[in-house]
Amino acid sequence: MQNLIEQYRQTVNAAVRDQSRLRIAGSGSKSFYGRATQGETLDVTAYRGIISYEPTELVITARAGTPLVEIEAALAERRQMLAFEPPHFGSGATLGGCIASGLSGPRRAYAGAVRDYVLGVRMMDGKGCVLNFGGQVMKNVAGYDVSRLLAGSLGTLGLLLDVSLKVLPVPAAEVTLRFEMNESDAITAMNRWAAQPLSLSATCYCDGVLTVRLSGASAAVRAVREKLGGESVENAAEFWRMVGEQQHEFFQTATPLWRLSVPPSTPMIAGKQLIEWGGALRWLVSDESAESLRALVAALGGQATLFRSAQAHDAPFHPLSPALLQVHRRLKNSFDPHGIFNVGRMYSEF
Amino acid sequence: MNKPDLIKQLQTILPADAVLFAQEDLKPFECDGLSAYRQVPMLVVLPETEAQVRDILLLCRREHVPVVARGAGTGLSGGALPLVDGVLLSLAKFKRIVSLDPLARIARVQPGVRNAAISEAAAAHGLYYAPDPSSQIACTIGGNVAENSGGVHCLKYGLTVHNVLKLRAYTMDGEMLELGSESLDAAGYDLLALFNGSEGMLGVIVEVTVKLLPKPELARVVMAAFASVAQAGAAVGEIIAAGIIPAGLEMMDKLSIHAAEDFVHAGYPLDAEAMLLCESDGTPEEVSEEIAKMEVILKRCGTTSLRTSANEADRLRLWAGRKAAFPAVGRISPDYYCMDGTIPRRELGRVLHRIAELSQEYGLRVANVFHAGDGNLHPLILYDANQPGEFHRAEEIGGKILELCVEVGGTITGEHGVGIEKINQMCAQFQEGELQLFRAVKQAFDPSGLLNPGKVIPTAHRCAEFGKQHVHHGQVAFPELPRF
Repeated sequence: MQNLIEQYRQTVNAAVRDQSRLRIAGSGSKSFYGRATQGETLDVTAYRGIISYEPTELVITARAGTPLVEIEAALAERRQMLAFEPPHFGSGATLGGCIASGLSGPRRAYAGAVRDYVLGVRMMDGKGCVLNFGGQVMKNVAGYDVSRLLAGSLGTLGLLLDVSLKVLPVPAAEVTLRFEMNESDAITAMNRWAAQPLSLSATCYCDGVLTVRLSGASAAVRAVREKLGGESVENAAEFWRMVGEQQHEFFQTATPLWRLSVPPSTPMIAGKQLIEWGGALRWLVSDESAESLRALVAALGGQATLFRSAQAHDAPFHPLSPALLQVHRRLKNSFDPHGIFNVGRMYSEF
Repeated sequence: MNKPDLIKQLQTILPADAVLFAQEDLKPFECDGLSAYRQVPMLVVLPETEAQVRDILLLCRREHVPVVARGAGTGLSGGALPLVDGVLLSLAKFKRIVSLDPLARIARVQPGVRNAAISEAAAAHGLYYAPDPSSQIACTIGGNVAENSGGVHCLKYGLTVHNVLKLRAYTMDGEMLELGSESLDAAGYDLLALFNGSEGMLGVIVEVTVKLLPKPELARVVMAAFASVAQAGAAVGEIIAAGIIPAGLEMMDKLSIHAAEDFVHAGYPLDAEAMLLCESDGTPEEVSEEIAKMEVILKRCGTTSLRTSANEADRLRLWAGRKAAFPAVGRISPDYYCMDGTIPRRELGRVLHRIAELSQEYGLRVANVFHAGDGNLHPLILYDANQPGEFHRAEEIGGKILELCVEVGGTITGEHGVGIEKINQMCAQFQEGELQLFRAVKQAFDPSGLLNPGKVIPTAHRCAEFGKQHVHHGQVAFPELPRF
């Protein structure tokens, strides 16, 4: 593996020398997300494998090219899991892509996001230097929290090499319940239930049905189930997988798919939607213009991302304020002074 | 600009009583919770509006005057240590809870609001703010964010970074930044994560939006005594291997058990070498299921005595000793020095053994309190500041302990921050490449380098000097603070 790192370093050095750009690539499962980026492909799938996994320490460290399925299988063997339930969007999805995209799945509102579980990273910056941030321990406030900053940075700050993640035990019991109700009542229910100790671990509203997952100790799940009522869902794991992987029929469309992130108690928004994360994530299928959607969502205190669309869009992500954009540019310059990694993948400006 | 002119300028921004410059008014601000380091600031300002904060920063930026922000001053690493030629910006007047939304479960608060006050305000709605550093009755949320504070419940509920949704902050250039969002995503880089634990070096926080959680219906704690630290450590691993994430999982060694028991009479086992406190919270059904499982594991791991809280008063009594461990140790020694390293839990036996050796070698007693669930160790080094040389020896042994934490794959600070205290150990934790990047991150927010300069990130020069100090250490206790 040291040879591979040496190869990556040479590629980076050559790009610096030639003033060319690199496009970091794993399996390509999330290449639809964000802006297209130019440059020579730096394929990192060969840099793979679990480096260490200690169930009693609740920590796994793996190379960025490791397929997520391999990590999840190793964890499942010890009845542990990635609590943020990352979407794969393809059978080859890698750990590096999972961290770089920063996308989390159905459990996000209740267990936290990718970045909440990142404990440490080893990375290569835009000068070819290998740097270590964070570590393999739960609590670490030495220096700035660069490892969490890298989650969701879409490879624009550097090349991820090794990542350490906190893992959690698989809940002792899980049950999924469905309730027929209208959208407005569902939003209220998701918020009111989240304010009570009910062991919620996922929520989804679509087409007049609110689906809710409870996770925890067997006795607790049993008690909450009796309290809430509803109808038990068979084959629930498959249901949540279909939602997380966007294989649910809601997502089968050629119309642009918008990801509206709003405060969870935001009232109903017009349009065809699937709601997740207790009301905080509204998937919207719509042909409306980016400007009008963004104005609407910004007024609600949220952001709108064009998640999937048949036609490339120049600004899929919600625009940054001028002050924030300036900080982003400077940070990009700190990590990647020659501007070689995934330039323009997130915003056209850096 | 000279001092009288600066005072005059500040008085155009602030009311007269919000600019302090007389020696007797400045004195209370000379240190934070790390009182071994003291420095009276040039001036103290007490703004109460965001516009005042912005104008103070703009003025200081223009006049090249360094600024140090300060919350309640309970920090334990000297992060709010003033500068002799700097302005100390106190956020003490920012103490309003701006709004609390029980349906969306969020509270917007000013940075000077006490940690415990948030939970008190949320209690009426059955909600609370989870991170609970032991100073929570005094420490404020702005400082909690700056330090990314933990507490005894963070294995299950996370640190400050996991419980803050949004920040408003001003950079040294007077620019307002909104980081994070009341929704669960925010556009661009995760600058919110970067600000948590940035120790007041990137911006001055003026508003914090936190997540509130439903208060668990019930909590119970099991106290288990062990004949050796290694056995207690193994039991912690077994509990986690069994798929349990306890709400709290704390360990104390013999010296701290005795000190705490003498102080609060919690009923701790005085014959034990180590003791665990394992807490379960949730619904009554969940708690009884988890407590039963933990009792079985603790017995299997050889506990010599086991006691489970019978009611809330009993539970609070069992915790009282742990929560008062620091002052309790303060009663058995004229002074103590609190360290804050994190280690992979499996290394506990080795680390405690080495700490005992260092304790012998330096002739100073060390009591150990341990957030066992997340590997965060607080060795308390007992010394007497009136004995010549003892503080230096305490500092030295502390530094050795932190370097030991790095050596076993851990870190020099789990929750107290680097501040000025552990700046030398940053040279042991990181290589020059990482330190360079930290400096560049600082510059991205604060190109002039005027905000809390000299903390957290050592200069390359300092690390070179520190390397030499390994040979003849102990001579530099109060080095001047370099600017960068």
